[in-house]
Amino acid sequence: MATVALGTSRTRREIRDVSAWQRLKVNRNWLGFWFMMPAAGFLVLFLAYPLGLGVWLSMTSAKIGRAGQFIGLENYEWLRDDSIFWLSVFNTLLYTSIASVVKFAVGLYLALLLNQHMPFKAMIRALVLIPFIVPTVLSALAFWWIFDAQFSIISWSMKQLGLIDHNINFLGDANWARACVIFANIWRGVPFVAITLLAGLQTVPASLYEAATIDGATRWQIFRHITYPLLTPIIAVVMTFSVLFTFTDFQLIWAMTRGGPVNATHLMATLSYQRAIIGGNLGEGAAIATAMIPFLLGAILISWFGLQRRKWQQGENND
Amino acid sequence: MTDFTRRTFVKGSTALAATGALTGTALFDWAKAWAQSAPWKPEAGSKLTVMRWRRFVEAEDKAFNEMVAAFKAATKTDMNVFSESFEDVQPKASVAANTGSGLDLAWGLHTLPQLFPEKVLKMNDVADYLGKKYGGWTEAAAVTCKQGNDWLGIPVATIGGYLTYRKSAVEKAGFKEVPQDFAGFLELCKALKKNNMPAGFPLGHASGDANAWLHWILWGHGGYTVDKDDKVIINSPETAKALEYCKALSDTFISGVASWNDSSNNKAYLAGELYLTANGISIYVAAKDDPSKKELAEDTYHALWPTGPIGKPTELQLCVPILAFNFTKFPNASKAFIAFMLEKENYEKWLSGARGYLTHTLNAYDSAPVWTADPKNQVFSQASKRALPASGVGKPGEKAATAIADFLVVDMFANYCTGREDLKNSMAIAERQLRRIYR
Repeated sequence: MATVALGTSRTRREIRDVSAWQRLKVNRNWLGFWFMMPAAGFLVLFLAYPLGLGVWLSMTSAKIGRAGQFIGLENYEWLRDDSIFWLSVFNTLLYTSIASVVKFAVGLYLALLLNQHMPFKAMIRALVLIPFIVPTVLSALAFWWIFDAQFSIISWSMKQLGLIDHNINFLGDANWARACVIFANIWRGVPFVAITLLAGLQTVPASLYEAATIDGATRWQIFRHITYPLLTPIIAVVMTFSVLFTFTDFQLIWAMTRGGPVNATHLMATLSYQRAIIGGNLGEGAAIATAMIPFLLGAILISWFGLQRRKWQQGENND
Repeated sequence: MTDFTRRTFVKGSTALAATGALTGTALFDWAKAWAQSAPWKPEAGSKLTVMRWRRFVEAEDKAFNEMVAAFKAATKTDMNVFSESFEDVQPKASVAANTGSGLDLAWGLHTLPQLFPEKVLKMNDVADYLGKKYGGWTEAAAVTCKQGNDWLGIPVATIGGYLTYRKSAVEKAGFKEVPQDFAGFLELCKALKKNNMPAGFPLGHASGDANAWLHWILWGHGGYTVDKDDKVIINSPETAKALEYCKALSDTFISGVASWNDSSNNKAYLAGELYLTANGISIYVAAKDDPSKKELAEDTYHALWPTGPIGKPTELQLCVPILAFNFTKFPNASKAFIAFMLEKENYEKWLSGARGYLTHTLNAYDSAPVWTADPKNQVFSQASKRALPASGVGKPGEKAATAIADFLVVDMFANYCTGREDLKNSMAIAERQLRRIYR
């Protein structure tokens, strides 16, 4: 008995003597912290640091290859009175709003269409993705040729048909050029919206449709009261991404127009590149890029709080 | 990256033997003799890293590499040459200057050595040596590379741009050749348009072509971005006249010039839709090399830029200076290589390889064989002489380079010619931006 008693008392004492470090070693939160570190480090290194550096640069007079000095908000003050900057803001908003709305409408329509039973369904769904798969620069170059001042296939065809007698000045006229780049962006962005919405459509339970059909609902009523409400969370996500991608678009514009004619298609992203890298004025370019952040935050907030009344991201049920 | 051994060099250069220039072993022997008598003796174990702009004419690159190979063999210097596209040369050189490592020599565009004058090796002795030997430097080239009495780099060559036109079209318009004054030139363009054989110059962001012809018009009327003390003087009656002239001229152009980039006029001309434009010699070279464009090549001629109301040539030509960084461990090897490139035995062959794309900056090369090999090349031999520095009358340097890179003059003209802004606003916008650059 004595030995047994001794044994248990010793065990007890050992438990009492466990150091903070030993306790920490088996602490799940502590372990979790270390599991998170690589990801956090990654985010800090590749997201937070560049973002911070960009904001810092926007407050300096940095040039390419030279550090520059802190000049406070001077770059922003300059941009406030810069008509080209405001033109680029206008262009960006116009580009984003028109392209996003059309992409959503066409994408939703396509998704509904593709959700129907039809022959070669899988193949057609794959085909729809093609514009999205082709590298942006390639499709932009193709559009550049399609809208070329001299060699446009559209102008050529219409001339052959006798509809016009001279080439359409697609990329040389401000309004035409805007329409052309917006069209190219829509062409490229629709598949992303369509395929993602299609995925959302497939999660809508068929039983709801059956029940509605038995109740005698029209197709519009079915869409309005079943499909649309169940699709909202996906729409919110898709449109957030779509708006962000469109707002920050660069390649398409740069390959097609370089912001021309006379800055009529400069977006904030392309103007930032023009001023920072081509013109060598890093500070000013960074200021233009930083000026995009409030717009982007605004877009995210609107879609997050405006479109999501269902709190789906917290995993709760529908209100 | 190119790494040449003596074997590949000999193999490659025998192909050129037919031209009668020094090749193969003859070139190698000459290079050896040169290295022995040259004022700069490369340091033992020299290794030079050279960045250059990416070539447009293949034979030019080949001739350049042959020089590198001969220099390597003759001086036992190791060399590493790599090319970067036009847009990347300046940023990379700037970073090397800033970090003090990575490059020994950089062959770039415009006023590159002026961007970091305290980081380059002074080239006074090289410039004196070459200048004395070869009849002196052309003025614009010297201004581009000099700061006070110091040479910050050596102006290796100029990439010339001139009027390229279809003789048949000009004759049909009632002219024997391109008139050499602004008023006559406008009449020619009007007549070309009437015959539906239009002229065209880019009003878009074409870094080379658009800057060239619009600065020519601005300077030709006596308008400048800044005066000799770098005071902004763009908002002037002269500029207004230049804008009016340009508008009248652009009304005669083929449609779509506002969307043109550097390659658009080449394409339109070679497709037979454009009858007069300005370009490097590359349009003509491309037509010559294409058997299906034989007629077009024969009908293609070059002309000097007409002289404006101020009565002297005002051309913006693209200077290509080379510089050595002052942190190089091998200053003598760097200087020796630069001098070696510009020696007659190398340089004339190199010019021939470039087929008129490069123009000499040393007066003695007026007689280089490339200018007589094809009479149509002749016009381009003038590029270094008729050019103003890229800064106009102002100080060459970073500010002038930024103004060009940011298309301030191009946008001013495009704003007015496309009707986006009125005369006053076009000038005011450019003035405001120039003030910031030149503050």
